[in-house]
Amino acid sequence: MRDISMHILDISGNSVRAKASLVEVSVVEKTKEDTLVLKVKDDGCGMDEATIKNALDPFFTSRKTRKVGLGIPLLQQNAQLSDGRLIIKSEPGQGTELEAVFVRSHIDRPPLGDLPGTISLMASGNPAVEFIYKHVLDKEEYVFDTREVKSILEGVEITEPGVVKFLKQMIEENLIDIGVEL
Amino acid sequence: MTKVKTLDDLKKMRNELQSKLTLREKSDHPEKMVQIKVSMATCGIASGAKETMNYLIEELDNRAVDAVVTQTGCMGYCHSEPTIEVHVPGTEPVVYGHVDTKKAEEIITKHIIGGELVDGVIPVSYTTPNEDENEK
Repeated sequence: MRDISMHILDISGNSVRAKASLVEVSVVEKTKEDTLVLKVKDDGCGMDEATIKNALDPFFTSRKTRKVGLGIPLLQQNAQLSDGRLIIKSEPGQGTELEAVFVRSHIDRPPLGDLPGTISLMASGNPAVEFIYKHVLDKEEYVFDTREVKSILEGVEITEPGVVKFLKQMIEENLIDIGVEL
Repeated sequence: MTKVKTLDDLKKMRNELQSKLTLREKSDHPEKMVQIKVSMATCGIASGAKETMNYLIEELDNRAVDAVVTQTGCMGYCHSEPTIEVHVPGTEPVVYGHVDTKKAEEIITKHIIGGELVDGVIPVSYTTPNEDENEK
């Protein structure tokens, strides 16, 4: 995984597979504290304590199609490489909250990557799931909510190419507007 | 500086799109559309599935092919990522491996529009190593 946007795409896939109906993703950048925190919260099936421990093990996966599960371990590695950490909070039936903390100015902190492309693709690629993406940079913030988008679209599918393109541009312009370095 | 796009702009665009769409939606049902699933788990993402998916959405739109492109999880073909499943109405779904943008172009031209199979199909009978043990 080369950048944070790829991790978002990857980790939110876990939420979708856990049958979440709402996935809340946030990136909070604080220049004073020098932190960048990525949070992915879902209302999916959740995990018990033993499964949470296993989730950090690259040789554990809940799938049947292959034997390894690298999504969370790779994110943990990237967080730890930049003097950060990864925390998972979850309870069966209560959803899961995953938090990756990075030192923002650390030389090994992955770049944000193509956030607009990723968020718009995530929303259109999983039309049955709702996503909220929140980006905070110090005092500025931008929130993208697919529930709002879908209520405006009124029957026009979020998978329509024109819509996907528009959402990408909208997210990009708004992120740049609040000063995010894309 | 140009104005930043907002949800209001989306509303305007929606109305334009709607008039274009009503024409074809009345005659078409979702099951008659080409359905493409892009495998997007860790293995797919790391191999560039995002670029493939972006390309498919744009190129199918450029060629005015009615298609829905969505994401799916890992299909167990991590060795051949990015993989996509192409389902043309009235035919069996076909899984292709190693689909970069070049391959995707070929699949659109020859398979989806031309109706012939392209190199790189992963056969239905393919099983992942130790699949039986995984099932337990």
